[in-house]
Amino acid sequence: MMRVFLVLMASWLFAPVVMGASSTYPLDPMAPDLNDKASLQRGLQTFMNYCFGCHSLQYQRYKRTAEDLGIPEDLMLEHIVFDPDVRIGELMKNAMSPDASKNWFGAPPPDLTLHTQLKGGPDWLYTYMRTFYIDESRPFGVNNLVFENVGMPHVLMDLQGIQRKGCRQIPKLAKNGGEMMDPLTHEYITEEKCGQDLLDRGYAPLALEEGSGKLSPEEYDQVIYDLTNFLYYTGDPSRQDRERIGVYVILFLAFFYVFARLLGREYEKEYH
Amino acid sequence: MATIQESFKNMMDWVDDRLPVTHTYEKHMSKYYAPKNFNFWYIFGVLATVVLVNQLLTGIWLTMSYVPTGEGAFASVEYIMRDVDYGWILRYMHSTGASAFFVVVYLHMFRGLMYGSYKKPRELIWVLGMLIYLALMAEGFFGYLLPWGNMSYWGAQVIVSLAGAIPVVGEELAVWVRGDFNMSGVTLNRFFALHVVLVPLVLLVLVFLHILALHEVGSNNPDGVEIKDKVDDNGKPLDGVPFHPYYTIGHDLPGIVLFLIIFCAVMFFYPDGGGYLIEHPNYEPADPLKTPDLIAPVWYYTPFYSMLRAATFPLFGLTAKFWGLVVMAGAIAILFVVPWLDRSPVRSMRYKGLPSKIMLALFVISFFILGYLGTVHPTPGRTILAQVCTAVYFAYFLLMPWYTSVEKTKPVPERVTG
Repeated sequence: MMRVFLVLMASWLFAPVVMGASSTYPLDPMAPDLNDKASLQRGLQTFMNYCFGCHSLQYQRYKRTAEDLGIPEDLMLEHIVFDPDVRIGELMKNAMSPDASKNWFGAPPPDLTLHTQLKGGPDWLYTYMRTFYIDESRPFGVNNLVFENVGMPHVLMDLQGIQRKGCRQIPKLAKNGGEMMDPLTHEYITEEKCGQDLLDRGYAPLALEEGSGKLSPEEYDQVIYDLTNFLYYTGDPSRQDRERIGVYVILFLAFFYVFARLLGREYEKEYH
Repeated sequence: MATIQESFKNMMDWVDDRLPVTHTYEKHMSKYYAPKNFNFWYIFGVLATVVLVNQLLTGIWLTMSYVPTGEGAFASVEYIMRDVDYGWILRYMHSTGASAFFVVVYLHMFRGLMYGSYKKPRELIWVLGMLIYLALMAEGFFGYLLPWGNMSYWGAQVIVSLAGAIPVVGEELAVWVRGDFNMSGVTLNRFFALHVVLVPLVLLVLVFLHILALHEVGSNNPDGVEIKDKVDDNGKPLDGVPFHPYYTIGHDLPGIVLFLIIFCAVMFFYPDGGGYLIEHPNYEPADPLKTPDLIAPVWYYTPFYSMLRAATFPLFGLTAKFWGLVVMAGAIAILFVVPWLDRSPVRSMRYKGLPSKIMLALFVISFFILGYLGTVHPTPGRTILAQVCTAVYFAYFLLMPWYTSVEKTKPVPERVTG
């Protein structure tokens, strides 16, 4: 009977996720690491430099962010808080008026405090920020694979460089379905594929113009990883506390269960 | 000089002459005899009480920081999550508790169906229990609007607009319920009042009556044998044991701790339950101009939501939506009359015939399938499946008078087994 109980409870716990983002573009998995304070700090820096002009973090406070990310308050005020009138205990709001921004972009840029939660995880943002491409038909000259016809400019283009929808070299497939490799050099044998063929093989159908960005693709991915990591943190800043306390609570309950069960058995003996 | 025990006894005598404290304690705890063959399925009533207390206590503390206005509600929930010390634990205890409430109540109801706990003389216990379930659904519905997230908004919008499907008075009724032509801060205010004052009061009264009725006739058991039929010289049931301490400590305490382990595992590590306990679109504020891709109620309503959507054709000049409402309401209403649908001479599934067992199994399977279908987009195939499952759901009840009276039952033992 206990087994039935556990199975029932487990089915409630680990029910499969069916409610995801609406986009059909396959998302790149991103594993956040809240212990990596350096990554979170870099993410905060990127956010304040590139995103904060339009996107607020209106439910998060500077002070809490500084504490959680291990940044001394004076450094936070000096390097992160741009407005000299803002005090450390305030919410991270920006100066953009929703009415004006609605005129400029078609919709006010959303607050990003809870964005990774809204998208059911960090994968969406991590992929979205890496899949802008040139599209002259759009007002800002760019479009996005994850969020088609998005009203946001590619603000990190000077870091990433120019991506175009096009063809790229990817490993050739062997007859058995594996990717072909040169037996001597262990390098992939590649072929050029375009558009849907690239998507089918799990590659973004985008080609980067070499030398057009300040960062290499790996460095850019790291910037986006850090940014996503930081916004994953703001989604639920108590997460680490919660999981740490949770371990102790469950250990205590497990310990208590042993004694509760032993005591219970003593009572059961009297009537069975 | 009187000893401490004597002083205590004197004090209790004084109180008992004026208020029946000892008598009540004995009637409901130390001299309330429960059948000694209770099994695992008899934990969920106690667990429902535990969760009820959890919801009341965390709810009280949440209201201390929650702002029930259209402008402030969403931000105040995030304020609780971030700025109130341990506010996140209160909020997650409450949100996880809501789902846990329905888990234990569904298992509690299944136990009743399986062991025939609704049969004479326990019809009123069952009916009161169904009223509790109804109040609980209302409580969950009103509470779900309060975070004022986008799914809160649209979920409530869909359900309230159902009233609009009622002929003639529908639209007026929907406006009356909302207090506005659309969902708005006015609706939020009244749902808040209902969620924190009216429905909890109703729930408490109903739970009190449910337990009072139970203790009047005594608990059923997995054998469905009446333990009061066999008593010793003192009138104590031979197969009964005092509820306290044998069940409270012997049976319930370990059960509660085990439940808390599972509850805490969810609350501390999967508080949004992969989008089932807190749905993802609820992480953005209510927006009347932005409909979520998929409006799905929280999992505990999805079986009924599926039945609502399963009605796809108009009939007798009334819309399909209206018939969906009728089917959904009927699915809940029919549970009330189960005590009078079951014609079996035995109570427990242990002694009922194969048809009863098959029908109960089909009922449970259809309930699970309907629950799943309510969380996904409808397709033509899924709609047919939902219609079949709805038919099975109703067949379980409507055919009950027939299959419980014609099937061959097994002989019921004189005394409880095990």
